[in-house]
Formats: sequence, structure tokens, C-alpha cells
Amino acid sequence: MSDRHTPAGAREVLGADDISRALTRIAHEILEHNKGADGLVVLGIPTRGLPLAQRLAQRLAAVEPGFDPGTQLGTLDITMHRDDLHRAPVRPIGATHVPDDGIDDRTVVLVDDVLYSGRTIRAALDALSDVGRPRAVRLAVLVDRGHRELPIRADHVGKNLPTASSERVQVMLTETDGRDAVLISGEEA
Amino acid sequence: MDHLLSAADLSRADAVRILDTAAELAATQGREIKKLPTLRGRTVVNLFFEDSTRTRISFETAAKRLSADVINFAAKGSSVSKGESLKDTALTLQAMGADAVVIRHHASGAPHLLASSGWLRAAVVNAGDGTHQHPTQALLDAFTLRRHLVGPQPLGQDLAGLRVAIVGDVLHSRVARSNVDLLHTLGARVTLVSPPTLLPVGVETWPCEVSYHLDEVLAQGLDAVMMLRVQRERMSSAGGGFFPSPLEYSRRYGLDARRLAALPSHAVVLHPGPMNRGLEISATAADSPRSVIVEQVANGVAVRMAVLYLLLAGGRREDVS
Amino acid sequence: MTEYLLRGVRPLGGDPVDVRIADGVIVAMGPGLSDDGAHVVDAPDHVLLPGLVDLHTHLREPGREDAETVASGTRAAALGGFTAVHAMANTNPVADTAGVVEQVFHLGRRAGWVDVFPVGAVSVGLEGERLAELGAMADSEARVRVFSDDGRCVADPVLMRRALEYVKAFDGVIAQHAQEPRLTEHAQMHEGVVSAQIGLAGWPAVAEEAIIARDVLLAEHVGSRLHVCHLSTAGSVEIVRWAKGRGIDVTAEVTPHHLLLTDELARGYDARFKVNPPLRTAADVEAVRAGLADGTIDIVATDHAPHPVEDKDCEWAAAAFGMTGLETALSVVQHAMVDTGLLDWAGVARVLSTAPARIGRVAERHGRPIAVGEPANLVLVDPAARRTVDPHAQATASPNTPYFDRELPGRVVATFLRGRPTVLDGAPVDQEGARA
Repeated sequence: MSDRHTPAGAREVLGADDISRALTRIAHEILEHNKGADGLVVLGIPTRGLPLAQRLAQRLAAVEPGFDPGTQLGTLDITMHRDDLHRAPVRPIGATHVPDDGIDDRTVVLVDDVLYSGRTIRAALDALSDVGRPRAVRLAVLVDRGHRELPIRADHVGKNLPTASSERVQVMLTETDGRDAVLISGEEA
Repeated sequence: MDHLLSAADLSRADAVRILDTAAELAATQGREIKKLPTLRGRTVVNLFFEDSTRTRISFETAAKRLSADVINFAAKGSSVSKGESLKDTALTLQAMGADAVVIRHHASGAPHLLASSGWLRAAVVNAGDGTHQHPTQALLDAFTLRRHLVGPQPLGQDLAGLRVAIVGDVLHSRVARSNVDLLHTLGARVTLVSPPTLLPVGVETWPCEVSYHLDEVLAQGLDAVMMLRVQRERMSSAGGGFFPSPLEYSRRYGLDARRLAALPSHAVVLHPGPMNRGLEISATAADSPRSVIVEQVANGVAVRMAVLYLLLAGGRREDVS
Repeated sequence: MTEYLLRGVRPLGGDPVDVRIADGVIVAMGPGLSDDGAHVVDAPDHVLLPGLVDLHTHLREPGREDAETVASGTRAAALGGFTAVHAMANTNPVADTAGVVEQVFHLGRRAGWVDVFPVGAVSVGLEGERLAELGAMADSEARVRVFSDDGRCVADPVLMRRALEYVKAFDGVIAQHAQEPRLTEHAQMHEGVVSAQIGLAGWPAVAEEAIIARDVLLAEHVGSRLHVCHLSTAGSVEIVRWAKGRGIDVTAEVTPHHLLLTDELARGYDARFKVNPPLRTAADVEAVRAGLADGTIDIVATDHAPHPVEDKDCEWAAAAFGMTGLETALSVVQHAMVDTGLLDWAGVARVLSTAPARIGRVAERHGRPIAVGEPANLVLVDPAARRTVDPHAQATASPNTPYFDRELPGRVVATFLRGRPTVLDGAPVDQEGARA
């Protein structure tokens, strides 16, 4: 089935099962580092960081009953803090929903699909500072494809994918794209 | 969207997008840190040829909350004293590097002229031109209605099926024109209520109902009543003699306590301000819990932030590779 | 004086013939005339009309020479095919005395492009309060016969009555700018669906019609001639038709722009479309075309109203009212009336030359038949030509033409004023000094 939906020239580097296992591992890592669920707030960065955060939250709740997605899961839109707005036509603003208790003095785990230049996370940190002052901020990503332009690193990585800048990494999730896969298309520069 | 000149230019999709953007921005305005960095480095000029502290401050606040630089250009020149020509003023603003010009002018069509003349490259926002349009007012009115009447998660929603009455001097009101256009686009059913002297020739071609009888319209059941300001000067012969006296006007068209009570319990009362308490709207109505007049003002900032964001944040078409 | 031979031309659109002009008159007409010594103008299929007569022009001098002068305006008129223009009185100073009308008359003579017949004001200073010295103006060298406060309406019914009566003594005519002032205070454009939508104060049709209705009844009552300037609405056509049916001595004019343009053009707020009376609806355009075709409207008059750039390059409410028209009138009439089959070229001659000459009482010299012995006031038109109007390539000193970038049919190839060419090959012929 995956071949039918794979665009020409793209190869699948992670399948649905790989993604699932990676998320499970990341959930355990988060709980291990935090020594439990206390004070955690998981914030997904739209678009695909959102369903990933939801899946992480399910797994956290399954492993650690003290984790309550109702009060410890949210979304953080970073559009207003991007540094490259003028390079494209105006982007719609996504939803930001922070749990009612806020983020002050709590550990925020940002969740995104791909870590690349690091600028999205830089914007996310700025957006976060408008909302409150967390005790700590950690970053979980499904894929780290290298080529950082800022001193930013992920704490939890689903898969490290060294890529050439000319290549294109595409994350597909059931909630947004109808299937789970990570694809790379190699393009000549 | 390059300019915002008229509510009639907005499609349903455009309007919903502005309202949704405003909703997200309104949420940021509830935080302690209300300022966003998004329009840093952009210059917004308030070009107000007509006195309006409220609207100007609203736009100024909106621009500053997005970290834009704001220049207030208090233009001299009314219909009586000419002052510097619009063209020369525009050329000056272009030289100053304005990215957006928010203009309020007593001549209908002045924003249109700025946007089409080639005198400046800035985005033009109409903050009220003569008796023509006041699109951000209609947008904040629609935003307010959506918040109260559509449901807790109104994102993506329009105003389909809502029944709204707009009461007052329609002839001279740019707020009325903008609201008729926008409410119709968003699917609401609008009824204009006005004495015959204050309705324009040709109003029967507008996408709304028209009535001379406020009580009849109230009896049909409404979700919202929007009261327009009536100028006392228009009652005198020198002002055009549109109406015999203020007392007769408020008796026939004023939102008094009795009429307020005739509204369904969920219905809201709007007014673009400034109000003539006791003339078109009684103090009881203005201060009642049904009145969302004060909230309209706050919503104005979020809506204007949304408009400035959508006009300025992206690259201009010619700059985007 | 040079003699001219116009070869193969079609007088009033009729069969081709040669026409020879000498010593200011038509000396011969017929097929295959010899050209000995004459300057030949080869013009196969070109239409020959009597020189056009404009009963309503604003030359702006004295006072507004920044917009137009008698010299530039009459040069534009010649290029438009005119041999006579009536210059309206709303100058500065107003043409309400023999002195000012004689000044304008002499300026026209000196420029030499067309015969200028000054129009005298009805009221002193155009104030609408008391009669100007109409008799003195009639007796002056300018021999004024047409009187008008154009720009303003003679609104006071008593003053209008007196004026209608007074001019009977010298076969004068009052030309009324019909606009009830109270109904049109601060008006910007036609009152209708468009004005309501775009938020511009309306100028209702009734403000024109009510004055015309009053004036035709006054003219009937005192037994006087009345001329209606720039008639623009269907209702006005009806009223004039009714009045003529009753035998009232009323004549009416329509401008070229009211034969073609509608209020929809105001939607872009381009003030080059701002004019008084305003552009009306499509139904009004249809009615005035029909009225011109059936003779209810007697003539076309340009109401040529030049304005400097800064008076139009601004927001609508701040802009001046008016459009230029001398150089485009014939083309617009061809486009709106001839090419639509409503009028033939003989009809064009009637509405743009013969009838205005008669109303203005200059018919001994202008609007004459094209026949041997008649004064050679003629215009030669190529109806097959097409041109795009360029506001900056016109002879008028002002660029406020509403036909900018529009393609129009017809081109004036030559204009003769008493046998002397003012325009040849479509270009002006320099006039040196005064001509008798």
C-alpha cells in the first residue's frame, strides 16, 4: 500500500511501525528524564507537531497514570515569531492552546516533526517566553536531519537522518496525510 | 490581500480568515505580555484627516502590539480649508518609507485614490472615507457577533442565519454600508430600520430588508441590534432638516428600555460609538448586560492587528521569489 | 488667397463630388473639376460638412488662463472641426458688461482660428439677483444674442421671467443651466444606485427636470425663446417633447459625453468623470440619443470645460466639475449616433452646425448649405479613421478628457474658415495676425 502513495523519486526511510516504536521510546525517555509526569507540559508545534504531541501524550498516560492529557497537553503556534515571514505570502496563524495552569515553573516539552535549521524552535522559545517562564524547556522531534543554523539541539530524537540540503524530507501522519511515513526525495541541486 | 478599502471587496473566505486570525490574536491580548514581534521593522502611518481619537488609538495600539513603528500624521485640511493636497501628502509618506497607511478622510474614495494612484507602494487601510465604507468597523462588529452568537469554537464559522437589525441614519453612514456588505457576505440576514429621509435612493437594491418601523422589526425576533449614531445637527434646516426633532426621533427609533426588553434573551446590542445617550440609545440599553459596546472597542484592536498582520507580514508579491 | 480644390468629397455624406473654394466662398461644385492653381486636397470618401458651431464652450479667458486661453481653446476647436464657438460668460471678470464681451470677441478675432461669439451673463456677476446689461452687450461689437449664467442656474423664478421677457427686444435667447440649487447642495454625481453604494452625495434628476418644467411654462407665458443647456435625463427629454408639442419656442442641447458615458464610471472615483450635470444612467443615455435623433433635442454642444491637472488629480469631492470636448465631439457623435444608425451625416450637420447657428443667430455666416456661392466654412472628415485619445497630445491646454486611452472613430482632416484653412492634413495651420 505504501508504494501506491509514495511520490515518484521518494524513498521511505521510516514506516508506520518505525514511527510508533520511536514515539514509544521517546515517551519513556521523557518520563525517565523527568522522573515521572509531575510538572510536564507537552506542547505540539503546528502542523504535524500537534498529532505527534497527542500520540506522545497517549503513551505518557498509558505508562504513567499521573499524566493527564487534559491538563498537560497543548499547542504552541509560532507563526508570529518567525524570522522569515517576508519570504513567503502571508501565513495563516495556527491555534495556540496552553493548559489553564500555564507553564510557569513547569517543564515544557516542545514537539515537532522535523528539526532542520533550528529557526522554528528559536521562534517557539520566543513564543514560549510571551506565555510564561518555564523551569525548563526540552525538545522532542521525530526526525533530526542536520544542517543547524542556530545553536539548538533536540533532547529526544525519533531518528537521525543525515541529508543533503538539496534533499527533501517529508513527514506524513495519518491525522494529516492519511498514512504514517517519513520520505526522502533526492533532488539534483 | 494588498489593501483593505471596502467590506464589499471581501469574499466569505477572506472575511472568515480575518476573523479567525483576530481570534488567535485576541487570545494573545489576554496574556500579560501582549506584544508580538511579528511586524518589527515595519512602519504604519496613521493618516487621519478627520478627528477620531478612538479609531486612531485603536489602530496605533494594534500596530504597536505587533511591534511595528507608528507615525501619526495629523493632516490638516478639511472640506473647508484645503491644506496640502492628498497627492503631496502621499508622496511624502512614500519618501518616509511607510509600509502601511491607515487613512480616515472626509471624501469618499480617498483611500481608493491612494491605493490606485501609484503615489505610494504602501498597503492602504480604509479607516473611514466620507459616507462610503469603514471596513474594520464591520469586521470588529462581525467578530463580536460571532463570539457571542455562534458558539464556543467559532473558528472557520460565518454568521449564517443570524438576524441583525441596523437602526439609524443609513444615508450618511459608512458603518451601515460596510456592515450590510459584510454581514450579507457572512450569511446573516440584515434589516435596515430608518426614517425614509435617512435612507439612500437605491437602497432597495442592497442585499438587505428595509423597514420604517422599529417595533415591527423587533417583534419578528432578532439576534442583534446595531444602533447607529444620529447627528443632532441633521435635524436643523441648516443641517438638511432630515428629522423634525430629537424627541420624535428617539420616540420612533430610539432603543429605549421597553424595546430593549422586547429583545430575546440571547440578543446583543451594538453601537459603533460615540453614543448619543438618550437619543438613539437609552442609558439603560447602553449599560445593560446585553450591550457589547465596550467589548466592541477591545475587539477592534484584535481585528486591526489581524488586518495589519495579513497585509504586512508576508512578502509583497513582487518581492517573493 | 490660395484657392483649394477638395477632390472626391461627400457633402453631408452624399455622392462624391469636387468642391472648389476661392475668395472665401464655394465657387464650384461638380465632378472632375480642374485644379489649375489650386491646392488640391485629395479626400476620397471623406465627408464634407458645414463648419461646426459650438453653442456652449468655456474658453476660460479672462481669469483662468492656467486652464485655457481664447487662443488655445479656439485652436482646439478648429482641430475639432469647428468654425464658430459661443464662449460662456463664467470668466473672471464675468462677461456681464459690453467691455468684457468685446474683449473676448477681439481675442477671438486676433487668434483667428474660429469666429468667437461671446455669451453674455444673465445676471450681474452670475449672482442670480439682478439682470446684467443685456442690451448693452447685444449692441456691442460682440453682438451678443445668447445669454447664460451657465455654471449656475437662474433659480429665482422672477429673475428668469424678467430675463425671458427682456431679450425679446433684440431677438436674444436665455440659455438655462437647469439645476435647482437647494436640491443639489454639495452634490457630487447622479443620485441613484451607484451614488448610494459608493457614498457620494447625489444630484437627483428632478433638480434638472423641475427647472426645465418651470422655464418652458414661463417661456410660454411670456411668449419668449428658451434654450436648455446640457440636457441630461430621460425626464428632461419628455418635458421638452411635451413643450414643443404645445408650440413652446424651446430648444435643447446635449453634450457628447451624455450621449456615451454613464454614472458607472464614477465607481473608480476617477474625477475625470466628474461633470455638471453629472453622467446619468444607461436609460438616460438611451433617451437622449433618441431625443437627438427625433429632433426633440436640437443640437449637440460640447460644454468644453478645461481644468488644470491639480483640479482633477485628487479625491472626487475636491475635484472640479467638467470635461474637455472640442477635439473629440465629432468622433463621439459619430460613435454614438452615426455608427449606431440613429443619425446620418446630414443629421450630424444639422445638430452640430445648422441648428446651433440658427439658435445663436449666426446663420448668415455659419451652418450654411454646401452650395456654390455660400461662405466656405467647412470641415472635412475621414470617417474611416480610428484613433486613440491621448490627453497630452491635444491642443487644449488641459488634459481632463474622459476619453483617455479610448479608441474613437473619425478624424478631422481639414477645417476652412471663410475659405482659409485653419486645419490641413489633420494639423493646425499657423494663423498670423488678425483676419477680417
